[in-house]
Amino acid sequence: MRTTLIVARRELAAYFATPVAYVFIVIFLVMLGALTFAVGNFFDRGQADLAPFFTFLPWLYLLLIPAITMRLWAEERRAGTIELLLTLPVTMWQAVLGKFLAAWAFAAIALALTFPMVITVNVLGTPDNGVILAGYAGALLIAACYLAIGAALSATTKNQVIAFVLATAACFVFTVFGSPVVAGFLADAVPADVLEAARRISLIGRYESVTRGVIAVRDLVFFATFIGFWLYANAVIVDLRKAG
Amino acid sequence: MTAMIEAEGLEKRFGPVVAVDDVSLTVARGEVLGFLGPNGAGKSTTMKMIAGYLTPTRGTARLCGHDVLDDPIAVKRRLGYLPEGAPTYPDMTVTAFLDWVAAVRGFRGSDRRSRVERAIGLTSLHDVLYYPIEALSKGFKRRVGLAQALLHDPEVLILDEPTDGLDPNQKHEVRKLITAMAPEKAIIISTHILEEVEAICTRAVVIARGRVVADATPAELAKRSRWHNAVTVVVGADQGEIAAVALRKLEMLGTVEVDARGADGLIALSALARDGAPVEGPVRTALASVGIAPREIFIERGRLDEVFRDLTRREAA
Ligand SMILES: Nc1ncnc2c1ncn2[C@@H]1O[C@H](COP(=O)(O)OP(=O)(O)O)[C@@H](O)[C@H]1O
Ligand SMILES: [Mg+2]
Repeated sequence: MRTTLIVARRELAAYFATPVAYVFIVIFLVMLGALTFAVGNFFDRGQADLAPFFTFLPWLYLLLIPAITMRLWAEERRAGTIELLLTLPVTMWQAVLGKFLAAWAFAAIALALTFPMVITVNVLGTPDNGVILAGYAGALLIAACYLAIGAALSATTKNQVIAFVLATAACFVFTVFGSPVVAGFLADAVPADVLEAARRISLIGRYESVTRGVIAVRDLVFFATFIGFWLYANAVIVDLRKAG
Repeated sequence: MTAMIEAEGLEKRFGPVVAVDDVSLTVARGEVLGFLGPNGAGKSTTMKMIAGYLTPTRGTARLCGHDVLDDPIAVKRRLGYLPEGAPTYPDMTVTAFLDWVAAVRGFRGSDRRSRVERAIGLTSLHDVLYYPIEALSKGFKRRVGLAQALLHDPEVLILDEPTDGLDPNQKHEVRKLITAMAPEKAIIISTHILEEVEAICTRAVVIARGRVVADATPAELAKRSRWHNAVTVVVGADQGEIAAVALRKLEMLGTVEVDARGADGLIALSALARDGAPVEGPVRTALASVGIAPREIFIERGRLDEVFRDLTRREAA
């Protein structure tokens, strides 16, 4: 665990080594604010909660999480430092987990900086802060899922842009599977049991129930399994691709 | 002499390409093995397999008795490895990078600090400690890579082209460092600089197209050269003809090459022994018999570059 954290610490520091991290956080906050206030009618809804905020978050994550993960392995492979990392006394699991934790910590820092929203609703009304907390938990979970996908796909290439595009596409697929709009659209073309299977591995439905404050064990198990699967895939991909 | 590095029938295929084909070698404590071969011969691939980065298609390697496939972490703890091109994290400063490597290697507190300081001292990095690595010259970058490999004072060092891109002074420093460390360690360095092999290696393994084509001491390799025991004499301009005629009469000599020596008008004659036998005595006698006292005379050990070309070309044909 110590080694994992040492790997994670370097990785997290690397995010802040360039201005890109700060630009990223500003973009995240501005876009989330714009979506929540302008599109989500935050003030006019007359309700003291953060529902619009948590509705838009996964869609914003679709673009921003791949930007966090694209570097993780692609850059390591491009610069050749992967050979250094994997010939230090570090197991593949420690490397994979360390990088994932660093990316998750970065996403959590960005998310934590949305706290003025929480203050605002508490000043304007009397929200159910338990639900808001559940919303943040859901946000961290869906972020972790996207991060796990993005990290694994970042190991498939030496090119960060390709890593970004692949991760966005994959996250998009796992998100829209569950959306009623897509399901309705596909209902005629795709057999019902395929749609049902797709809905089961979709992230968005479970995310929504968590953010509503319904935290079911089977949803948590699903998230843990989903993340575990992608971290495992990450290790396998790194191992297969490290030669070239 | 116990073998600290043992490679056993290492093979690596990349699709249809056989990059390394049945390479076996052993290195004992105190040995510096020069790993030689033309570009693309499979040196780096072999080293990557021994270091536990690439999984061999066949065969395995052991370091200090630990099998790299069964216990890679034990191997990596005992190994200092400089990958080809000396990759380092460009956005970190030199101290931050070395401190991080020391942390990953499990050193803490004052032990970690003193190890980092020692590595910095060995590689003369004092002046650039707080520079981001990306801002450093090629020579400094390589020394950072070397410092990283030496941090934990490992029993085994595998250095892939440690002097590539260094200027002559830096090359000299690195060779001095390797020679100084050699008695307590088992070391493999890959290089294409043959003078380096003569300067610091106790043994040379030559590979071509993934196969070992020679495994011998530099002196033994030099013996295979046409130039082994060749005698070169320097005579005055007017004596060149006479000396050449006298030497060509000698049975035991192969060819005699005559070479005018620039502005001073002297002439160098090189007499190659037919079978590498010592010929200094007969050459002196032959010259004395025609009344020539050479101004200089020296005996060659053999030309490694020629042996190297022969070994690697024959394999390619
Ligand atoms: N990742 C790889 N994928 C495919 N071929 C490779 C890879 N790495 C090396 N090779 C091939 O293997 C051979 C040996 O390469 P290498 O070990 O780098 O040689 P050297 O270090 O002696 O110059 C070369 O023909 C090279 O093209
Ligand atoms: Mg090489």
